[in-house]
Amino acid sequence: MLDILLPILIFSALALAAIGAVRRIRLWRQGRPSPVPVLRGLAAVPRRYLVDLHHVVARDKVMSNTHVATAGGFVAAMGLAIVVHGLGLAEGVLGWLLLAASATMFAGSLFVAQRRRNPPARLSKGPWMRLPKSLMAFSLGIFVVTLPAVGVLPADAGGWLVALVLAAVVAWGLAELVFGMTWGGPMKHAFAGALHLAFHRRPERFSDKRGGEGRSTGLKALDLEDDQAPLGVETPADFTWNQLLGFDACVQCGRCEAVCPAFAAGQPLNPKKLIQDMVVGMAGGSDAHYAGSPYPSPERGDKPVGEHHGTPHGPIVAREGTALVDAETLWSCTTCRACVEECPMMIEHVDAIVDMRRHLTLEEGATPGKGAEVIDNLIATDNPGGFDPGGRLNWAADLDLPLMADVERAEVLLWLGDGVFDMRNQRTLRALIKVLRAADVDFAVLGNEERDSGDVARRLGDEATFQSLARRNIATLSRYRFESIVTCDPHSFHVLKNEYGALYPQGQDADYPVWHHSTFINQLIESGRLPLAPGQAQRVTYHDPCYLGRYNGEYEAPRAVLRALGVELVEMQRSGYRSRCCGGGGGAPITDVPGKQRIPDMRMGDVRETQAEQVVVGCPQCTAMLEGVVPPAGNEATAVKDIAEMVAAALDNTPPATPASHDAAASQATEEVLS
Amino acid sequence: MQPESAMTPALEVTVLVSIGRHPLTGRVRRADQDARGVELARSLADAEVRLLHAGECNESSEAALRGYLGMGFSELALIEQPEGADVLPALSEALDATSPHLVITGERAERGEGSGLLPYLLAERLGWPLVSGLAAVESVEDGMATLLQALPRGQRRRLKIRLPAIVTVDDAAPTPRQSAYGPARRGTLETSAGEVCNDDEWATWQVQPARPRPKRLKIVKAASARDRFKAAAAKAEGTGGQVLTDVTPTQGAEAILTLLRDEEVLR
Ligand code: SF4
Ligand code: SF4
Repeated sequence: MLDILLPILIFSALALAAIGAVRRIRLWRQGRPSPVPVLRGLAAVPRRYLVDLHHVVARDKVMSNTHVATAGGFVAAMGLAIVVHGLGLAEGVLGWLLLAASATMFAGSLFVAQRRRNPPARLSKGPWMRLPKSLMAFSLGIFVVTLPAVGVLPADAGGWLVALVLAAVVAWGLAELVFGMTWGGPMKHAFAGALHLAFHRRPERFSDKRGGEGRSTGLKALDLEDDQAPLGVETPADFTWNQLLGFDACVQCGRCEAVCPAFAAGQPLNPKKLIQDMVVGMAGGSDAHYAGSPYPSPERGDKPVGEHHGTPHGPIVAREGTALVDAETLWSCTTCRACVEECPMMIEHVDAIVDMRRHLTLEEGATPGKGAEVIDNLIATDNPGGFDPGGRLNWAADLDLPLMADVERAEVLLWLGDGVFDMRNQRTLRALIKVLRAADVDFAVLGNEERDSGDVARRLGDEATFQSLARRNIATLSRYRFESIVTCDPHSFHVLKNEYGALYPQGQDADYPVWHHSTFINQLIESGRLPLAPGQAQRVTYHDPCYLGRYNGEYEAPRAVLRALGVELVEMQRSGYRSRCCGGGGGAPITDVPGKQRIPDMRMGDVRETQAEQVVVGCPQCTAMLEGVVPPAGNEATAVKDIAEMVAAALDNTPPATPASHDAAASQATEEVLS
Repeated sequence: MQPESAMTPALEVTVLVSIGRHPLTGRVRRADQDARGVELARSLADAEVRLLHAGECNESSEAALRGYLGMGFSELALIEQPEGADVLPALSEALDATSPHLVITGERAERGEGSGLLPYLLAERLGWPLVSGLAAVESVEDGMATLLQALPRGQRRRLKIRLPAIVTVDDAAPTPRQSAYGPARRGTLETSAGEVCNDDEWATWQVQPARPRPKRLKIVKAASARDRFKAAAAKAEGTGGQVLTDVTPTQGAEAILTLLRDEEVLR
């Protein structure tokens, strides 16, 4: 009896899955076009799965082994079941292999069940809670029905009642695992996930055979040529189809939620929920079935689910009232990329958030907080603070910095950034210049020819202002000869290194390396150009800036510099690629969405846990955010030092920062006043 | 874009907008006060708002004018005028032709003469009342508008005037909304030729950058923080002066003339 039922079950499950697949693909195809190499993409799936995806999953060893056993067991069992039971070819080893595969899968599903017994808050409940049972049903059912096929049990063991029960169990397993995959059950992640790996919008982010690290973090440029085209993403269907596919691949593992600084601060953002909302919008409906942590809400504790709803062609953010997502959710993100770094499904949250912000800013003029003012300043004065662009070098009046306009060529172009207007960052810059002079580096600055890099404008969604700033900066850069750019601002660093390339006029290239000052200083130390007097016996911890670490993979150089300084480095619990954001990126301090606590306060809490005397940073934003933290009563404030300041303090036979004597200039000035 | 209502005849509002100039960099932009005027107009219920500019049409002025379109308009009427022309006749002709109920504009332009006289001359030519320093339009009923005029130190005065009227706004009016790039570049400038009246006198002027005059320091001799605060928050005390009520226009005008003579503004 089973040999009649099983083929029917298996092939109808496959047929239903095929119908579901077509429907699902149709949902994705509502998105904007985005050309992909179909065959090459599909061919790359095994490597991308086994190397890149596994690299992320393997950070959680137990879960990774569980997944290998369950998923590997399932794929093998399903393939073999089609042959053995579907086509009735049980000869030889096939049946035994099927037994082994389903047993492995069963073992895996026991671990899944174990984890679901007391699931951490980040995991979604709802249908996900039945998944371990479905996995067991499938693996156990297939195991038992295979026993007669290999001759362990007689073919008619147990009679028709047992056969019917077994068939029902297998049917349950098939329903969840085969056509549930394309009809929107928890197993959807396998189907969408595999295709997402194949057709990812950033194929560059995967490693290649030569072991390239595969990093792709620069935002994609928005085409501003067509002046009738609507800008940014207003409705779910405005995403590209492969972005929609990516959202659909989410397994609701909540790893993104667990690392998101905005979520931890109680701001109304949860990256997992945001991705699920996009799925809701793509299919149409309300978020009532969402079974994970909702968006926090400072006033109400949590935003209740079921209030928001959307359609593929309806707005994501309502101009009035509620739609799919509230604007404050999108503006809470610091673009720290912690979620993207952790996501095992390689989903690009930051791209999606910035796409939606682009619509709000460029089409609706709805940048919140001080956003509009900052953008107006950038347009009128090329810096976010609205300072006189002719005063970019006022802080360095006594330093006699060589100007590119005068020297025209230099070994290093020192990019100063907008920190020139900030008194705290001016100290860092002075320290950096002292270091460069001590190492005899031939450098020059752009001075008043420099403009804001466009980082903030771009993260606030104002692509037009970003591109205008970038193009003018590029024109300035291409007038001068230099071997590399060095900057102490990781945001400028990232934009110059990863985002300007796409905006160079045709036939021109950004043909220079860009270094963060920590990398450059490390090079100087390694090549022996910097005389250091080590021995600052201090206990310090190092805070990885998001735009240096996760965006550009530079975790090592700053630590190497600190080692060369001979200080004792203690790591915070969350450091390196898991570093927690200071709260200063993505225009978050400008849009200033309220939460229950502040992100920099949490980060300084991390710092205090290490009992370090100082926290070393490499970013003007981080310095400002962390220094702005008021220590809790009874605690002393921890000093915040830029890595350049640390190095400058350790310089041997400290030469003066000014070649021209400072005193002489000063006394001259007094004389003039007297006469 | 403009809210429409089939029931009540819409309130027709024209906002006169000019090319602004950023105080630090001199780059063209939407003029701040005019943008506030546009914001005020947009906040009126059932208003049909038109934007009107008279001036040159070139790349840089277009960029500035598009800043107003980005506040949610699909078009802006532009009466082309050569550089240095006196735009008064062209504007009054256009306003005469379209006869809006309310004309809103900034107190003074950020470029050109910037004398702040244009609204007055326009009101004179059209024979309409003018209210300056508007903070809000409270209501419009049966051809009468209730306005809130801003006075120094946050004081407000409620006024009722008969429409049509010209009102000007300054920094007390609501902050203008953000100008969005998409609508700004999609909107159209409806260009038309207007009556040209060359300003011969202006042509002979010599223009040079103003030298910032040093600020006169207010010396406060105060021993305590409380005294310093009181000094900083104190009202400027007017001395002398008189309040005239229930006088004929002629008497009022004479009083003003006498004062101007006393102060040697007029000789
Ligand atoms: S977006 Fe990625 S990390 Fe977040 S829940 Fe989904 S799969 Fe997990
Ligand atoms: S980028 Fe950072 S702040 Fe934004 S959603 Fe991801 S984790 Fe949260």
